[in-house]
Amino acid sequence: MSQWNNFSRGFFKENAVFVLLLGLCPTLGVTTSAFNGLGMGLATTFVLLMSNIVVSTIKRYIPDKVRIPSFIVIIASFVTIVELVMQAYLPDLFTALGLFIPLIVVNCLVLGRAEAFASKNNIITSAIDGLGMGLGFTMALVMLGAVREILGSGSLFGLKFIQGDGMIVFVLAPGAFIALGYLIVLINMINKREA
Amino acid sequence: MEYILIIVSAVFVNNIVLIKFLGICPFIGVSNKVDTSVGMTGAVTFVMVIATIVTYLLEVYVLVPLGITFMRTITFILVIASLVQMVEIMLKKVSPSLYQALGIFLPLITTNCAVLGVAVLAVQNNYNLLESVIFAVGNSIGFGIALIVFAGIREQMELVNIPDAMKGVPIAFVVAGLLALAFLGFSGIV
Repeated sequence: MSQWNNFSRGFFKENAVFVLLLGLCPTLGVTTSAFNGLGMGLATTFVLLMSNIVVSTIKRYIPDKVRIPSFIVIIASFVTIVELVMQAYLPDLFTALGLFIPLIVVNCLVLGRAEAFASKNNIITSAIDGLGMGLGFTMALVMLGAVREILGSGSLFGLKFIQGDGMIVFVLAPGAFIALGYLIVLINMINKREA
Repeated sequence: MEYILIIVSAVFVNNIVLIKFLGICPFIGVSNKVDTSVGMTGAVTFVMVIATIVTYLLEVYVLVPLGITFMRTITFILVIASLVQMVEIMLKKVSPSLYQALGIFLPLITTNCAVLGVAVLAVQNNYNLLESVIFAVGNSIGFGIALIVFAGIREQMELVNIPDAMKGVPIAFVVAGLLALAFLGFSGIV
């Protein structure tokens, strides 16, 4: 039961984007469509899961003083793996996400979970936490991507259902801020009603 | 002329915060007061320029000759992390007053994606050393303008009566969106 809590926490109560406000740069930068959001979310989930597993495995051997640089090296290795694999097998997605792939390294969410959770818990719990947090992050990105894609280009996952252009502003930069602002309002209202 | 173009492009047309979405965390996090925004801008400018120079030299003289450019991400982030530490230690000795002013912002900069982002972009755009430095300066000015203007607006907004669910972060995002809309007006200049 407690493992289920560790997993589900990342979706609503401690959702990385909507509640903790971590990892905002990729959230805003890549969510021009739901598909890009999904790709970015899954890439981050992979890095988060693997770095959580490795950090919790070797936490006993890392001296306390150099723990942050060590975590960053671990995270950066997995980011490089994602970068190379994506470049080889999903070149279109790689071009669309662009700069934000190497920037997973400085996503505060990944380093935050390594420091706050994986360095204190065992491997299985850390893996579950990484997976839950990552999928919660993915969910947030897909939601934001879907809103922007529907309003901005009248399509969802590339399937067009409205003729014409839609409100271009939602595909451009300002729409990202405004859409995320109102999504947070929505989540706030839902959380308040439950409490 | 090219150099002026790089600066105008970095400050207005491709503003690093509002158009490129780098450095959003400090943009939302420390923009409550104008004073702290000025401090943060100073610290970011300092680190961004030094980091861009060092990573440029590393890229040209180490990574490319050895053929290990796939190590770029890992090298750059390590360089930036240690650079921030070094700057912090040096400032403490050399200029305690500056350290006092920038102190709490320096550790935060390691995970500021704007610094890594600018270093990577400068390499990707094939800039030479001088162009990279100008690019870094331009981007830190752009970061500063966005942050300080936004802080000014947020200070005024404290007094406004808005629905409960909108208070704090959500309204900040909506305002940031309007600010980004204003910056969108610069597109097409360069």
